[in-house]
Formats: sequence, structure tokens, C-alpha cells
Amino acid sequence: MTTATPPANYERRSFLRTALSPQRLLLYFVLVIIALFFILPLIWMLSTSLKFGTQATVDRGWIPAQPSLQNFTTILQAGGQTPVARWFMNSTIVATVGTTLAVLLTSLSAYAFARIDFRFKGVLFGILIATLLLPSVMFLVPQFMLVRDLRNMGVINTQMALFLPGVAGVFGVFFMRQFFLSIPVEIEEAAYVDGAGRLRTFFQVVLPLARPALATLAVITFLAYWNDYLWPLVIARGPEQTLTAGLRQFQTQFTVNYGLLMAGAVIAAVPVLIIYALAQRWIVQAVTSSGVKG
Amino acid sequence: MAVAPPVDPGPSPSPTQRTPLPGAPASGTKYVERRRRIGEKWYTPYLFLLPHFFVFALFVLWPLVFGLYISTQRFALGAATGPVFVGLDNWQQLFNPASFQFERFWMTVWNTVLFVFMSTPTLIIASVLLAALLNQQFGGRTFFRTVFFAPWTLSVAVVGLLWWWMLNQQAGLVNHLLGIIGINAIPWLTANPWAWMAILVATLWWTVGFNTIILLAGMQSIPSDLYEAAAIDGASKRQQFRHITIPMLRPVLLLVVTLQIIASFNLLGQPQIMTGGGPAPGQTTPVLLHIYNTGFTGRFDLGLAAAMALVVAVIMVIFSVFNFRFFQSERA
Repeated sequence: MTTATPPANYERRSFLRTALSPQRLLLYFVLVIIALFFILPLIWMLSTSLKFGTQATVDRGWIPAQPSLQNFTTILQAGGQTPVARWFMNSTIVATVGTTLAVLLTSLSAYAFARIDFRFKGVLFGILIATLLLPSVMFLVPQFMLVRDLRNMGVINTQMALFLPGVAGVFGVFFMRQFFLSIPVEIEEAAYVDGAGRLRTFFQVVLPLARPALATLAVITFLAYWNDYLWPLVIARGPEQTLTAGLRQFQTQFTVNYGLLMAGAVIAAVPVLIIYALAQRWIVQAVTSSGVKG
Repeated sequence: MAVAPPVDPGPSPSPTQRTPLPGAPASGTKYVERRRRIGEKWYTPYLFLLPHFFVFALFVLWPLVFGLYISTQRFALGAATGPVFVGLDNWQQLFNPASFQFERFWMTVWNTVLFVFMSTPTLIIASVLLAALLNQQFGGRTFFRTVFFAPWTLSVAVVGLLWWWMLNQQAGLVNHLLGIIGINAIPWLTANPWAWMAILVATLWWTVGFNTIILLAGMQSIPSDLYEAAAIDGASKRQQFRHITIPMLRPVLLLVVTLQIIASFNLLGQPQIMTGGGPAPGQTTPVLLHIYNTGFTGRFDLGLAAAMALVVAVIMVIFSVFNFRFFQSERA
């Protein structure tokens, strides 16, 4: 290249030079080592899940010597107390219905807090904030007793028991309220002038505008439901379990069959990793925005 | 239940007249807009609140009272009669050094506190370093951030099983790799202090990315002219980090430390799955696992478990306040 290189090319060359400077190489070296620490366990999980029977402990290779899907076919056909396919369905239903309800109910509530004045508004909001500061451990036993009683009375079934306490959470109220406050009121006024009531304005004007916030809230709520461990462990048994809590049941039953167990772990991990790959921006945004703003 | 007032909420100077039309000057718009609209019933806002508040009252507010009540009951496993009122007996067991429960409970509280003190500095320092690494200009930054954060999206069940398998003494990957470089097999899950280290490493792998992305966002919001000014004054990168990044990051650090302490207090799944609370009974049992074991296994002693949970909750609140105070005084 000559000295008369055009600016674009020049930038490219300077980029390459900095990219290959010893400092840069060291940075990349460190980053790659750290990245391997995070990635390799996941690859090992997948690798083990493809090794059937004693292969799981005998074959130490990253790529299975005799790759097999038999672990997956075995556990997906399992019945009795460890029906993995049914657990997967339970997790899907609980997470989907729970997320839908939580997002809808907290949005409705958040809208009133953001847009309408009413008596006891401050008090009610204060109560919601206060419970957010309480440690979740104190709710475990009373929620369990309450849900058990409601279930015995036939008011709710186990699936409802699995998602209802999550719907009661208040994070969504704060999150959505914050977003509603940022929407210009004038837009709603236009709808009002056109004769739409509050509810119609909410569903046809406000919610569509709030789509990014709704998506963010929905994704992290779904993850929280899907990954929840202690509550399903406490409230559901056998076939009514969700996948994550079921894995624990699985572990006590097939304690040394690592191939089977890792296949179960892969089945629990893949859906959330796919969601993460697709909705990464929203998830990161949700964590940082609620984090930085406190 | 939403407490709905039966009367119109106070005198508002006929708000409807002042409802501006679209395009009207924005001044005061918000104030007027938040008032009720023409023809709107007093109960409209309460209807918006009601669905969530009903579930909230049932599953959050009521358990606050109900939990206290349960802690005064004794549940006899398999008994035909319901629970029996025993007053403060459950509480006494937790505070009477002569009782059988006393030592078991406080040992597990100590285990949890120990983990909080082990994990908080480790995960904070690690995440500050990771965030500082990512807070530079280089190609592929988003990729590395994505990778560091990925394990956070997994369930503790997956994380626990995975590390339980990898740290298996005979067949696990970690000892296999250590064997290649000539290190003898380490009893990660069956002897202390290895068991605590195993739990710590699994937790680090799982959640350090969460702290990292919050801190990274905090670092990126520090105005760059501060660094430019410092550079002109001859401050080295390290000095800039020490005297600009860390002080400017204080509020975000407070948040991350607080969240970390809460998360570490909630330790349960990792030891349950990886060590079973062992090696010897109770050695790595955190108090939450002890509460679970007390109330939901064996004798299903829910009354005692409820009392334990309330004691732990009080300890957690004290910790949070203390942590907050600490950061406040540091600032001064």
C-alpha cells in the first residue's frame, strides 16, 4: 500500500495494527480463556448426553466416540415417577400461562398507577414497594399451606398452584409503570377525544406502544418461571413436577447414569438458551435497566 | 383486596374542563390528564388494580400474617387431627441453647453467612474485573458479553447437575483435566474445604455474568471526558480506574453488592444437588436447605420451618441495612 491510501483503507490498516498489537493479543488471549470457562461446561453437558450407558464415564473425549441419541429417546419415553416429556409439557404450560397472566395483570395495575389519580394510591403503591424488600424465604411455608388448602378445596389445581404465586409478584408493576410514564399523554388523549374509554385506550393504544417493554418483561418472566426450582419442588410431586424440579427427582433415581442425567439437563437448558440467543438484547436490557435504575 | 372508597375522591376543580385537546400546550397536561375523565366512574382505577391486587393480597399479604400464625403451630405427621397450637415453642427451640434444634439451626445459619462472606467478595471482584475487560474498545465485545452472561439463563437444577457431574471424583472432567497436568484427584464434593469451593465455583460460573453486565452498563454511563481530562493530566489507565471508575461506580456497586448478598443468602440448590448438604451431615447445608428439609421432608415440621424462615428474614433485613449503612458512610 502507498502513502496515498484513502481514509477508509487507512482506518482499516490502523484497526489491524491495533488488533494485532501485543496488548490486543494479550486481551484476546485472556478473553478467550475466560470464554472457554463459560462455554466448555455446556459443551461437556451436551457431549455427555450423547454418550449412552457406560460410555458416559469411560469415554473422556469431547466428541463422543460412539455418539448416540439413546439417552434422549430413553428419558423422553420414561413414564412412572419420572415422565420427562410430561414435565416438559408442565413447564411449558406453567411458564406460558403464568407469563401471560403476570404481564397482563401487572400492566393493568401499572397503568392505573401511572395515569389515573385515585384515593389511597400512595398507600397502595407503598405496600407494593415494601413487599418487594421482604426476603422471599418468609413466604415459602405460608404460601405452601395456602396453596395446599386451596388445592384440597378444589379451588385450584397443581398447575395453577405452580404459577399463581409468580403472578402475585410486583416487579412487573414497577417495570411497566416506568414505561407507561414515558409515553406521551397526548397520544391517549387523541383516543379519548375519539370516544374510546379507558380500557379500550389501554388495550388499543397504550399496550401496542408498550410492545418493547412488554416483550422484555415477558421474556424475563418466562425465564423465571421455566428456571424456578424451589417452589415446584415444594408444591408438586411425581408426574405433576416441572422439568427443573423433576431433574432433582431424576438425580436421586438414576444417581450414576450421567448420560441420562445430562440428557435431562440438556432438555431443560436448550429452550432457555434458544430464547437467550433470540432475545439476548431484551434480557440484557431488562437486567441492566432494572439494575442501574435500581 | 383493594380498599375502594365509597365516595368521590375529594374536590378536584372540574378537571374535565381543563383536559387539553391534542396539540394543546404541554404545560400542566400531566396533572390534568391523571385526573379522572368525563363520565369516568370513581371505581375505574380500582378495576385496573383489582385483578393483580387480588392475587397479590392472597399470595403475598395474607402469607405475611399466616406465616406468623403457622410458626405457633405443631404439625403431627399423619395425625388425624389438625395442627396444635404450641405458642412460642417453635421460637423457643431456636433460641434455647439446650434444645436439639438450636445447634442444627444456627450451624446452618452460620454456613449461609459463611457463604455470603465467601461469595460476595469473590463474585464482586470477578465481575468488576470482567466488566473492566469488556469496557474497552475491541471487536467481538458483544460476543464475549453474550458468552459470559449465558449461564445466568439456566436453572440452578441444570447448573447443579452439570457441576456435580464435572466435579465427580472418579469420572469427572475437572479431575481428568487436572490428572493430565499431574494433579491427583481432588474429592471436590466429599471433603471440605473442597465442597465449599465446588459450590462457590458453580455459583461463580452461574451468576458472575449478571453482576458483570450491570457493572458494565454502569461503567459505560461514566462520561468519557472524565477519562480524557485525567489522561491529559497524565493519569495512567490504572490510576483512572482507581480514581474515576471505582468512585463513579459506587451507586451501581452498592446495588450489585446488595443483590449479591441477597442471592447468596438464598443459596439452596447448588449444595442440595452437588453435595447433598454434606460431606458430613450439615457441613455444607445452608439455612434455606435446612428449612426445606425441616418443613418439606422427614417430619414435615412446617411450624418450626416457618419460625426459622422468619428468623432468617430478620437476619437478612439486618444485613441489608448494615450493608447500606456501610456504603453510605464510605461515601462521606
